[in-house]
Amino acid sequence: MKIKKSLAISETGFVFDPSTGDSYTLNPIGLEILQMLREGNSREEITGTVTQAYDVDAMTFERYYFDFLGMLKQMQLVETDE
Amino acid sequence: MNKQKLTIAISGLNNVDSPGPGIPVIRGIRESEDIEPRIVGLAYENLEPGPYMHGYVDKTYKLPYPSEGVDPLMERIRYIHEREKIDVLIPNFDSEIFVFIKLADKLGQLGIHTFLPTLSQFEERHKSNLPQYGEKYDIRVPDSRPVTSFGEIEDLVRQGKFSWPLLVKGKFYDAYLARNAEQARIYFNSVNAKWGLPVIVQEFIKGTEVNVVALGDGNGRTIGAVPMRKQYITDKGKAWGGITLDDPSMLEFTHHVMSVTHWRGGMELELIRTPQNELYLIEINPRLPAWVYLAVAAGQNLPVALVKLAMGQDVPVWTHYDIGKIFIRYSYDMICDLDAFRKLSTTGEL
Repeated sequence: MKIKKSLAISETGFVFDPSTGDSYTLNPIGLEILQMLREGNSREEITGTVTQAYDVDAMTFERYYFDFLGMLKQMQLVETDE
Repeated sequence: MNKQKLTIAISGLNNVDSPGPGIPVIRGIRESEDIEPRIVGLAYENLEPGPYMHGYVDKTYKLPYPSEGVDPLMERIRYIHEREKIDVLIPNFDSEIFVFIKLADKLGQLGIHTFLPTLSQFEERHKSNLPQYGEKYDIRVPDSRPVTSFGEIEDLVRQGKFSWPLLVKGKFYDAYLARNAEQARIYFNSVNAKWGLPVIVQEFIKGTEVNVVALGDGNGRTIGAVPMRKQYITDKGKAWGGITLDDPSMLEFTHHVMSVTHWRGGMELELIRTPQNELYLIEINPRLPAWVYLAVAAGQNLPVALVKLAMGQDVPVWTHYDIGKIFIRYSYDMICDLDAFRKLSTTGEL
């Protein structure tokens, strides 16, 4: 999944979509994941990074991860050809 | 650099909860780097805030309503011109544009410059003509019909030409979403009482409303255009907050409208973006909108460009504006002396 290139993501977790004018606030882990997605990391790489850094197993994490991706899609924050 | 001194007469000073564009237009002009304006306010009501905003308006004159006819209005403008030597006149109400288009030649003979759409440009973009407009210029528009009785709305639904919900609109302002016949009857009566007939019935297009403020040079060129989305909308449907967008498709849409219609003057395009990313034109307002100062702040001083075009000066085309600029409207209680109110009420001048 490719995150829209035009998204402005601040260090504080504020996300601005300049094509719709919508803005969102991410918590720190959401911000970390969005940045990893933007850098083109795969699901396996993101899962590996998160499960190493935090007290969570891969299966639990991925459940929330896919929810998160669904939300990004619903909010049209991904490239439309995805 | 010597600034050009110009006396500019401006209406639309009702800076209220459904604001006219006058004060934002003046604000832009006052920020000009090469024009030193004297602003003559043109007011219709004693309690329009503009006349009392002395930092913006130097002198105000009351005008007779356009509905009273062309002659009394022209007579009043002549009187004002004798005292003020108006260089440019910018009408800002939809309901007065028609009259000023009619008067443009006479005003020109007096040395008062305007920069308005032609009569046919103005007429063909009426809400009631939208389907023909869309067809003529290859622009996607919702189906719209002028109606003169509530029964006609019921007939259109019965014949399957429209379905609920639908929009009930006034010919100049106001739009209501009617979800059933009962609501449509209430809105029809309310719009009819306020704006008269015809009332416009429009197909409801589901999506997000987005807007563009633009200025056309009358030869098909877009001098400037800034797209915006309302972020906070009042119960009157007016933007109380908005943000500039990075949306090339909206600009392309605007350039198309300008190039095929050769629009002359300021305009506001009201568009709906559907979930399928299609843009529908729902209305063209034939003037700069009340949120035009957002465009000024984003880098396109369209009011100044309009003044220069009216004066026959060359104006470069803008291609850039700041994305993510936000406006947030606020209300503010001015305290005025009774004497000022008395002057405007009794002498028609302040």
